[in-house]
Amino acid sequence: MRPAASDHSPRETTVSHRPLHLGAAALLALIGLAVSLAACSQRDSWSEAELATLESLSLSSLPPLPADPSNAYGDDPRAADLGHSLFFDTRLSGNGQVACATCHLAELDFTDGKPLGEGVGTTSRKTMTVVGTAYSPWLFWDGRADSQWSQALGPLESSVEHGGSRLQYAHLIADQYADEYEAVFGPLPDLSGLPASGGPVDDPVARANWESLSPAQQEEVTRVFVNVGKAIAAYERLLMPGESRFDRYVAAVAAGDDEAAAALLSDDEVAGLRLFIGEAGCTNCHNGPLFTNNEFHNTGVPARPDLPEDTGRALGARQVLESEFNCLGPWSDAEPRDCTELRFLKAEGHELERAFKPPSLRNVAESGPYMHAGQFATLGEVLRHYDDAPHAPAGHSELSPLGLSDEQLAQLEAFLRTLSAPLATPEELLREPADLPRSAAADAAARPLATEGAGR
Amino acid sequence: MSNTGLSKTAKRIRTAGIVAGAVLVLLVVVGWLWMSYVPDDLDLSTTLPTENGLYVVSYEPSETPIPVNEIHTWTLTLTTADGRPLDHAHVSVDGDMPQHGHGLPTQPIVTDYLGDGRYLVEGVKFQMGGWWVMDFVVESDAGTDKVRFNFILD
Repeated sequence: MRPAASDHSPRETTVSHRPLHLGAAALLALIGLAVSLAACSQRDSWSEAELATLESLSLSSLPPLPADPSNAYGDDPRAADLGHSLFFDTRLSGNGQVACATCHLAELDFTDGKPLGEGVGTTSRKTMTVVGTAYSPWLFWDGRADSQWSQALGPLESSVEHGGSRLQYAHLIADQYADEYEAVFGPLPDLSGLPASGGPVDDPVARANWESLSPAQQEEVTRVFVNVGKAIAAYERLLMPGESRFDRYVAAVAAGDDEAAAALLSDDEVAGLRLFIGEAGCTNCHNGPLFTNNEFHNTGVPARPDLPEDTGRALGARQVLESEFNCLGPWSDAEPRDCTELRFLKAEGHELERAFKPPSLRNVAESGPYMHAGQFATLGEVLRHYDDAPHAPAGHSELSPLGLSDEQLAQLEAFLRTLSAPLATPEELLREPADLPRSAAADAAARPLATEGAGR
Repeated sequence: MSNTGLSKTAKRIRTAGIVAGAVLVLLVVVGWLWMSYVPDDLDLSTTLPTENGLYVVSYEPSETPIPVNEIHTWTLTLTTADGRPLDHAHVSVDGDMPQHGHGLPTQPIVTDYLGDGRYLVEGVKFQMGGWWVMDFVVESDAGTDKVRFNFILD
């Protein structure tokens, strides 16, 4: 029904303008929609160079597991089985209570949730993960080992970690793992009549015992010790990171699937990712699919007053060159030409001073506290440090202040949390093997400490 | 009297403090700008004469584009200024990131002479993207000279 002509004057005005108003409203709505659509598609729109960077960070860019020429047993499943048992066996310690798994807990991305590692004593460094280390030319925060097997040997003879000695471990292998060992590595030496402990360690008794052995006996014992490391390394090679929300997001963006991309990462997470690969400069060091360049950088991390001076790579570089367990050493299975990283190692240079290895950021939300001595409790503190870029306590920090806002720092943290994912390793390899010799697994005295270490 | 004297001293100290602070801020800003500055006219040539013109040096990486985080080799080709292949030269290698205050993660070395003025450089590795320089010092009977190559890695 049309309105009556009599009351047309005021209302006609209204009526005649209504389409205009409606039109304007519709236009505004359309503009709004267009803007939000544009914002939405812009949110996930990356330049070709940015997309290449995203793809370089994605797990899909991870090359196949590289061979370790220094470990001839690295890909032997029987060695990995043995290594799996050894990794969880607390008898590989001076007090029978410390296994590799005491500090490398599967539920915490094979770290321990503590600022400093705690074995039979307390170390001066934070426990690093062992996940994905098959890809790393250097192990430990200072790279003082150059293979997974030589890394594994370090804590076993450290007086504050496992606190044992190589002769003690050789006896354990002969007593408990002889069949498994000999199937892979060949006959065990005759250890009867040798002392219970012995090795080039801090403990004076074990050291004196070691020095009482002939060079030939020392060599036989060291060979068993080295093979313990090689078996553990064969197991650790299987510990690999799994696909995270970030990886799925990159796949969606690469496929042009905006809807899937939008469902995978929130606006803040995408903004954080943009900062991560751009303004914040994180990919200078945290690059590649494992989010680490595996090299060494001084980022001005504060020194802990309760710990001795730590020169980082400056000492680590010298130690790996001198190590009897390095790639060029007598226990390595590699040809010298395979040891390129060690042969061309940089041992001198101001940039080595207090430089530490950037850890992988995969599962970083699960692996705090952070930095080489657990200096920061939270990711927020870490990001604040990078934003502030304080002077290094020794050497020179490579950082420059970023000047990011609180919101941007929160976005970076939100992005880092998208890197969490269960490992791409069969579940049975993440827990103590069912057939671990009962005398070890059932050692009730050992369990409480290991459980406490889990931070449960 | 003494109060006035003290306050003058205090003012001087304060002024000096402000000036020192301003100079410090300026230095930090200039330093920061300097660190983030990549020259527009960066010469990205892979063949260059050495600084004093004694030699001409070319490089060819074993992989292109030059990889990040992967140890690889470079082949250098050295000629005399008049284009004759240079043999029996001693070449030393160094590299740097002008904006980052650090160099190469490795110590590359010339390990082999391949003939025809070509030299194998082993142990080359770059640990991040950005502006890099590689410096070569060439020594032979003709004298010592050096060359710097610039390149930008993604």
